[in-house]
Amino acid sequence: MRTPGHHHPLAISTAVGAASLLALTGCAVGTGGGDDSGAEYSSDTTLEGELSVMGFSGVDEVATTRMDFAKQELGDGVEVKLTEGELDLQQFLSAAATGDPPDLIYANRDQIGSLAARGAILPLDRCYEGEGIDDDAFVEPALAQVTLNDEIYGVPEFNTVQITMANADLLDGAGLSIEDVNGSDWDAMAAANEALTRSDGGSLAVIGVDSKLPEFFPLWARANGADLLSEDGREAHLDDPAAVAALEWAVGIYDAQGGFGDVKALRDSADFFGEGNQFASGVLGAMPMEQWYVNVLNDVSPDAPLAFDTVRDHDGEPIAYASGSAWAIPSGAENPQAACRWARAMTSVDAWLAAAQARLDLREEEGKPFTGILTGNAEADEQIHDMTTSGGEPWDSGVAAVYEVNEHTFSLPANPADAEFEAALNDAINDVLSGDAEAADALARAQETAQQALDDAWAKVEEGS
Amino acid sequence: MKRRDTRAALLFLSPWIVGFAVFTAWPILYSGYLSLTDYDVINDPAFIGFENYARLFSDPKVALALGNTLFFTAVQVPAYVIVSLALAVLLQQAGRASGFFRTVFFLPKMTPPVAVGILFLLLFNGQSGLFNAALGVVGIDGPSWTTDGSWVKPGLVIMSLWTVGSSVLILLAALRGVPEELYDSAKIDGAGSWRRLTSVTLPMISPALFFVVVVNTIAGLQTFDEAYTAFFGAGNTTYANDAALFYVIYLFQQAFEFLHMGYASAMAWLLFLIVMIVTAIQMVVSRRLVHYEGASR
Repeated sequence: MRTPGHHHPLAISTAVGAASLLALTGCAVGTGGGDDSGAEYSSDTTLEGELSVMGFSGVDEVATTRMDFAKQELGDGVEVKLTEGELDLQQFLSAAATGDPPDLIYANRDQIGSLAARGAILPLDRCYEGEGIDDDAFVEPALAQVTLNDEIYGVPEFNTVQITMANADLLDGAGLSIEDVNGSDWDAMAAANEALTRSDGGSLAVIGVDSKLPEFFPLWARANGADLLSEDGREAHLDDPAAVAALEWAVGIYDAQGGFGDVKALRDSADFFGEGNQFASGVLGAMPMEQWYVNVLNDVSPDAPLAFDTVRDHDGEPIAYASGSAWAIPSGAENPQAACRWARAMTSVDAWLAAAQARLDLREEEGKPFTGILTGNAEADEQIHDMTTSGGEPWDSGVAAVYEVNEHTFSLPANPADAEFEAALNDAINDVLSGDAEAADALARAQETAQQALDDAWAKVEEGS
Repeated sequence: MKRRDTRAALLFLSPWIVGFAVFTAWPILYSGYLSLTDYDVINDPAFIGFENYARLFSDPKVALALGNTLFFTAVQVPAYVIVSLALAVLLQQAGRASGFFRTVFFLPKMTPPVAVGILFLLLFNGQSGLFNAALGVVGIDGPSWTTDGSWVKPGLVIMSLWTVGSSVLILLAALRGVPEELYDSAKIDGAGSWRRLTSVTLPMISPALFFVVVVNTIAGLQTFDEAYTAFFGAGNTTYANDAALFYVIYLFQQAFEFLHMGYASAMAWLLFLIVMIVTAIQMVVSRRLVHYEGASR
């Protein structure tokens, strides 16, 4: 028997209840729209007090080295308290509802728009200016993701992009090359998919190409010329014919292999982070994948027969869909000055170089190449690129592809309904993947849902401003 | 004297009463108010009347999530009770080994539901899962439990049987409470084992069965953890075409992902109403089926 106490609903009821209770009991001040007019941001100021940080963990040398650097920049007068683990929105909102938010949060950049629109986080223009954070230093799509209504709400950190990863042996065996699966020619890629796919006794044994739906659909849509969201974050373009064509093609890749369910089941069965990963075990021809996986593959299967290239659009130009993290200061933060300095320090070129050196040292100790770090800070990226070390082929090509495509990224702009926008899009993609709907119909419905959510959310932003 | 006793009782009960009032009753009432507002947790709630409730009826995902939840509950509860009862009957026959098996059956209950969700993805993977491998041994080609929308809920039902342990213990206790002389009388009357089960055992343990059914129905209607971990958790892109979108998962999304706490509160009240109706129906039906020893009917 499952007791209700063993179930999350109780936690939800408690959370909803707690939020309700707090909202009514005097602590219920909320923080929406709070400002930081009392804060004076300056890189010269001696800081003191406590800095509570939510959503960041010192998981590796890249994090801990920068944390040490940031603590030094804060000075001895500031005590840093970390609430580790990924940012738990429920936990953050509950804290904000009680009027006692943390001083700083480490969030995904696609959460910034929603939080900013509701007044949960502060605009950082004064913080940037006072601490001397150079907004031009950031990779442009990263900065765009934290900018709502022309105001910056976050300090970007890390950048995630995709490159094409393929099994060179499988390509050779089918008489193909990496150019056939890098996205530059969709017909060629579809043909390569069929040539690479293998079945064994009726079940899928080798995934020819994995177009990585639903998560990388924006990549294929953009490669086909469709912007799913207008630059100002107000207009959804999910029913753009170019997006419809992209979805039809990307789903067709799966249909040619027996359907997405079969591909997904085989994809899930791989030892993704281990020696038996899908490239090492020869059960995947090619896929676009985020750059950090190069590091994983090099670590666990350095002899796997890999081939790398950027993902490319129809003109053969590199393209990647960028995402990543950012620092943001909640409305009602007790110590926004310390928060701002921490964000500045953690994303500074000096901190990144120190972190890169720490990783380089560690990799050299292990006798492995240093494949770089994408930071969101263009200058840091350039200098860290120079620090990368050769791991021979194919790894050097992989690193080269990562740095090449980092110059050709796009992101979905910040908007006040990002979670609903993404949910509408993913629902549509899943409907097509399952065969329940045609791409045009599903995306038309998603367009309606997403636009409604955007309109409602923007209307509230306008009301509040 | 009586008044003094009452005062003492109230004094001892007061921590619970205060706790209940502050942490349960008041939040419940206040969520009723929130359901009439547009509230995002961060800003003050704005009163909008019954708009959230009207929206419930035009939101296709509410219908989808409700359908999924009712289907899951309707299949899961009978399966849960049958398996629990079967295991309890077996345990009753187990003699000295019964203690060992009771512990073994209860152990999975200690597994965090989040771990069970991840385990589900591994065990039920259509390509490499242990469950399909076992089916293969008896010549059955198992489906894609985690990726085929039609098989996702049945898979979750089977997985939920992992935690039957506590129901087994309750039913075992009830079985042991059935007077032996009733079985002796039935045997004298020529009743076989099936007849003894249906005419003696089941009526005698019907209060325990009823309890298990009611509690599991409520839990089923509120199911969340395993399905959320497996199909909707952070960074999880597992696709199920919303086959695993249970009502509370959608409620959670509205509250903490889309920041529509007012709407989520309205959803919570609808669920409360459904749970009340279902439980009331079960209570009515139970009057005919549940036998309380010594109770006047």
